[in-house]
Amino acid sequence: MEKLRYALFTGCTAKQSTPEQLASTYAVAKKLNIELVELEEASCCGASHLQDYDDFLSLVLNARNIAYAEKHGLTMVTICNTCQLNTAMTKHRLDNDADLKNKINEKLKEVGLEYKGTSNIIHFLYAIIDDIGLEKIASMVKVPLSQFNIAPFYGCHNIRPSELQNESHKTPENSYRPTSLDNLIIACGGTAVDYEEKNKCCGFHVELQAPKTASILTGNAIAGAMDGNADWMVTPCPLCHLKLDTQTKHSSDAIGREVSLPVLHMQQMLGLALGCPQDELGLKHHLVKVNFI
Amino acid sequence: MDTNSITTQTVNFKVFRFNSDVDYLPYYDNYTMEVTSEEVVLDILNRIKWDIDGSFSYRRSCRHGICGACAIKVNGRSTLACKERMNDMIDIFGTQLTFEPLSINRAVKDMIIDKADFWEKHNNVEPYLVSDIEENPKAEHLILPHDAEKLLEADLCIQCGSCHYACPVVEINDDFFGPAAFAAAYRFEADVRDEAGKSRLENLHSQKQGVWDCVKCFECAEVCPKEINPIDKITKLHQMLFKEGVATSNVATRHAVGFKRSIAKNGVLDEGGLVLYSEGLSIVKHVPVALRMFSKGKIVPPWAIVKSKNLDEIKKLVKSSSTAKF
Repeated sequence: MEKLRYALFTGCTAKQSTPEQLASTYAVAKKLNIELVELEEASCCGASHLQDYDDFLSLVLNARNIAYAEKHGLTMVTICNTCQLNTAMTKHRLDNDADLKNKINEKLKEVGLEYKGTSNIIHFLYAIIDDIGLEKIASMVKVPLSQFNIAPFYGCHNIRPSELQNESHKTPENSYRPTSLDNLIIACGGTAVDYEEKNKCCGFHVELQAPKTASILTGNAIAGAMDGNADWMVTPCPLCHLKLDTQTKHSSDAIGREVSLPVLHMQQMLGLALGCPQDELGLKHHLVKVNFI
Repeated sequence: MDTNSITTQTVNFKVFRFNSDVDYLPYYDNYTMEVTSEEVVLDILNRIKWDIDGSFSYRRSCRHGICGACAIKVNGRSTLACKERMNDMIDIFGTQLTFEPLSINRAVKDMIIDKADFWEKHNNVEPYLVSDIEENPKAEHLILPHDAEKLLEADLCIQCGSCHYACPVVEINDDFFGPAAFAAAYRFEADVRDEAGKSRLENLHSQKQGVWDCVKCFECAEVCPKEINPIDKITKLHQMLFKEGVATSNVATRHAVGFKRSIAKNGVLDEGGLVLYSEGLSIVKHVPVALRMFSKGKIVPPWAIVKSKNLDEIKKLVKSSSTAKF
């Protein structure tokens, strides 16, 4: 298989509260023959909050991150849904507004950079589906997850707004009936659980200002997966992961029902199926114990 | 029309039925129908009423996507029945389709809901021009194109309720105004003739009801049949709150500002520092979870954070590109 090269925008979470996600991304990349060039110069994307306060600065910072991927001449791969949304949204706005692009580039010029619009921005989930393919991935599976019912949790910022999201990948995704993560579960040999909350919001972005709303949304998601007889959940987003894995007590209290399931990052699930050594997948970092292996 | 291009498919419909006058609980009726590729969802509602059960009830009027009366949910997705083609519904959901009212909790009869909460919230944002208009003006009040453009698409809203009843926060929090009311608020805030200014904005700044409780899920943008993109208007209201000096210090505003502070210092985010800055003394409530996270290696102390490479560039850009004065 030909070696793939991507510029990796890790985002902040993978280097702080979800170290297991970064570790498993590298473990899986090794198995899939992907070389990841980490964008160490990148700043925070603003996490869908900075633009509420300072939209122009948010665009400048995201354009700078993209400019570094362009300098490498590589596609930028994200591993966080919100990084994907903010970065792809910046690209969309600059590519469709020459005036705005010029204004941003005037700023970037101060630090010797330029945004050109030459690099695609794609989440790791869609990158491997587009560039390697589900069939090929399935053929590389060493340890099929055939005994597990796995509940996919997509996360808002990888599927909505669908018009923007579908610009970045070849595999069309319908936000009302998304299939990519289901298909990855099936490729890994598992059974994908269908449940109402799989494409719903986890509430992460109001966890501080509206904790009750956030907890109910998370609680409903876990409850939906449990009622669908899921053994565990899987998500492509570290922010959803934080909510689902670390907030089970608040979520249980909020919905009046004990809810808890192990939640894996998509890279961890893939890593297990591809036969990555378990110590490379960071399973010890989870609050809800990964008790099935 | 080339009638050869019209195709037909067999579709099973599961339809929500409820009459609040006589039924204790709702139930579902099943209908199997041949659906042609030319039909819209409203055609199916009409056929159920006209051909199968005359008591079946739903709102409809213009049939042209203007009156906003006929919005329902198809397989959970808010849908303006007169605009949505059956072919597209079948493409997304297959041939097992469920028709339900926009809000099951607010059902009155079949597809008809009590929309009082929608209108009440709409009224709360003063969805009209607040202005001392001369009763006998001497000349036309001209609005220049670039001023009209500031409304963006917000004045296209037909108040169908699709976004309101797709919003997960509206479902949970009775006080939350919701995306349609926010889009209406933006429409008048952006109008150069409007003089409500801070009074309307202050209402939107209040927690529980206001814009800060938006979860940023983009459901509203996804369902809007008029492509108004309500969350984009919510973002613009956030920016107006800061710009007009209405945004007082609270956990939500400090959270937004905290990102800039953290980026200016580290390039990357200091997650713990952000929570501390946003919450202030209230951070104590996060301690139990934080301790568990720390024990699992999920919290990096401020001194161990790996800052962005070429941090001087970021510092320079934060200084030169900041447009916010808060």
